Amino acid sequence: MPKLSYLKAMNRALADSLDSDPSVFLLGEDIRVAASNLTAGLLSRFGPERVLDTPLSEQAFTNFATGAALAGMRPVIEFQIPSLLFLVFEQIVNQAHKFSLMTGGQCKVPVTYVVTGSGSRTGWAGQHSDHPYTLFAHVGVKTVVPATPMDAYGLLVSAIRDDDPVVMFAPSGALGVREDVEFTTLAPVPLGVGRVARPGRDVTVVAVGQLVQDALAVADELAGAGVSVEVFDPRTVYPFDLDGLAASVAKTRRLVVIDDSNRTSGFAAEVLAVAAERFTLAAPPRRVTRPDGAVLPFALALDRAVQPGREQLVAAINAVLEDK
Amino acid sequence: MTADDLGRTGPDAVTVDLYRAVRLIRRFEERAIEFVRPGEIVGGIHPYLGQEAIAAAVCAALTSADVITSTHRGHGHVLARGADPGRLLAELMGRETGLNKGRGGSMHAADFSLGILGANAIVGAAASIATGAAWAYRQQGRDTVAVAFFGDGAMNEGMLLEALNLAALWRVPVVFVCENNGYATTMPVESAVAGSITARARAFGMPAFTIDGQDPETVFKASTAAVARARSGKGPMFLECLTYRFDAHHTFEHRARLDYRSPDEVAAGRSRDPVAIQGARLSDDERAAVDSQIETALDAAAEFALGSAHPDPADPLKYLYAVMP
Ligand SMILES: Cc1ncc(C[n+]2csc(CCOP(=O)(O)OP(=O)(O)O)c2C)c(N)n1
Repeated sequence: MPKLSYLKAMNRALADSLDSDPSVFLLGEDIRVAASNLTAGLLSRFGPERVLDTPLSEQAFTNFATGAALAGMRPVIEFQIPSLLFLVFEQIVNQAHKFSLMTGGQCKVPVTYVVTGSGSRTGWAGQHSDHPYTLFAHVGVKTVVPATPMDAYGLLVSAIRDDDPVVMFAPSGALGVREDVEFTTLAPVPLGVGRVARPGRDVTVVAVGQLVQDALAVADELAGAGVSVEVFDPRTVYPFDLDGLAASVAKTRRLVVIDDSNRTSGFAAEVLAVAAERFTLAAPPRRVTRPDGAVLPFALALDRAVQPGREQLVAAINAVLEDK
Repeated sequence: MTADDLGRTGPDAVTVDLYRAVRLIRRFEERAIEFVRPGEIVGGIHPYLGQEAIAAAVCAALTSADVITSTHRGHGHVLARGADPGRLLAELMGRETGLNKGRGGSMHAADFSLGILGANAIVGAAASIATGAAWAYRQQGRDTVAVAFFGDGAMNEGMLLEALNLAALWRVPVVFVCENNGYATTMPVESAVAGSITARARAFGMPAFTIDGQDPETVFKASTAAVARARSGKGPMFLECLTYRFDAHHTFEHRARLDYRSPDEVAAGRSRDPVAIQGARLSDDERAAVDSQIETALDAAAEFALGSAHPDPADPLKYLYAVMP
């Protein structure tokens, strides 16, 4: 079977979307030469009117996409750096997201925002290593963080077809993931529906993006010690697949969340709150996160020390198993 | 074209239409302010009094296929574009029959069926939205021009300057209309804008003119030329319309008693009244006929708005998503 990489899967999703819907167009910085490789080959196939290189003016081109969406287009913006989302928070959160409600449902804003390489990028330091998916979930912008190439394909296609703004985070730690895929089986994945990445009996570990790989590795490791870990990947951080998680926890009755965002008010905090409100657990749930208010330091050992890791995950799993 | 060519046209149908529009906006605003004090309109409004010529004349230069974006001071633009005064007033009162079903209010009034892509409360934000919309319509082969209205204060927002760059670079059919009323809230334009407003626009390679924003026919002629130029594919144009805000920045200002304009200055500003300027071009009979039509229409608008139902609080987040998550 052919191997498909995560980045190539996103590239295919863009190509298929451009091909099947003339209202789709791409814009972003250096996308004609495909600086991040996301848009490789798309300029020659679809032309400069549909693969639009923008000047460095993120705030204007993000609102430009909103205007184009109001006029019936489906723009897809690529952001080169996760922290650029801080620059356009106003344009996504305060404009695109609010238009439908504020106009009493007169319009829709189907813009997709893609961050190629979110989270730690190994040695890119403070202003290039954020992974701000929690912020968008908090305000209610549809937010997806795929873990696998097939999901990267399927969620990106769904995001582009969705009539609302959707932010898609492609974690830098997931871009290299490859998977055996029969290309004819690639299909849209609905937003808001999670998946059990690995079934298990003793504890549910919730993870998104590159952390799903870590959770699976830890599950493998602990299987040798007789611990059966279920890995639940919600795929979409907002809306969150509460039913999927409930089904998993009903079985395991123990919960750990691993989340590459800051601890306070983070995604993990939300999952734990949901657990407290809704689930009957055999032990208090645990979370593995970046520290409070973290900024990623440059030195590699420090960068790694801030990110949630496999050892911490093992410790958290053991702790919820011991808690009687 | 130069600014010198922007003289006035003779009395004709446009003359009456422009008078009707400025008078409608004036009386709508005066009546809306009356609904703020008793609390029928909650949150107050940013009155457009004194600036009516700009909305009236720029919108008169558009076809029904064109689109506009507006500002926190947007009632004039929305009315000039043809929105129903009753539904606009109902929106200001938060009623279900409002343009936005009571979900937007004064600062977000929109009517997509009339090409009104929304008033926008973030200063400078709408110009980039207008640019994107105009670009998209051109891609679709449509003959649409977009107009972005904004104030002098917006000229210091980076996003607006970025939008001027994109529009000029890509020859987008958009007309930028800066309503320079001399103040951004209380900040005088002289203390805020280094250099000149039109020079900034010209630096991006688009023609930019400063015109008298109090004379509806001057604005009409200039905006007709700007819209024609945009439609012909030559790209954006920029009009700085010199005007004066007769009233407070916001209806709360009376309570705050902000002191930033001398009575002499306000009197001088009010002496150039677009409603009077345009009204003088009509006979007394013509004027009286228009005035009474407008009063009748606004009586009906008020009755409609006051008689309209409030939204049902059971579903406050209706319309948040186009597709429910
Ligand atoms: C980006 C932004 N900054 C500040 C404000 C608060 N604010 C609302 S209106 C206004 C003044 C705007 O001045 P101008 O653009 O000249 O328009 P005018 O009010 O004179 O019509 C300010 C500062 C805002 N709404 N948006």
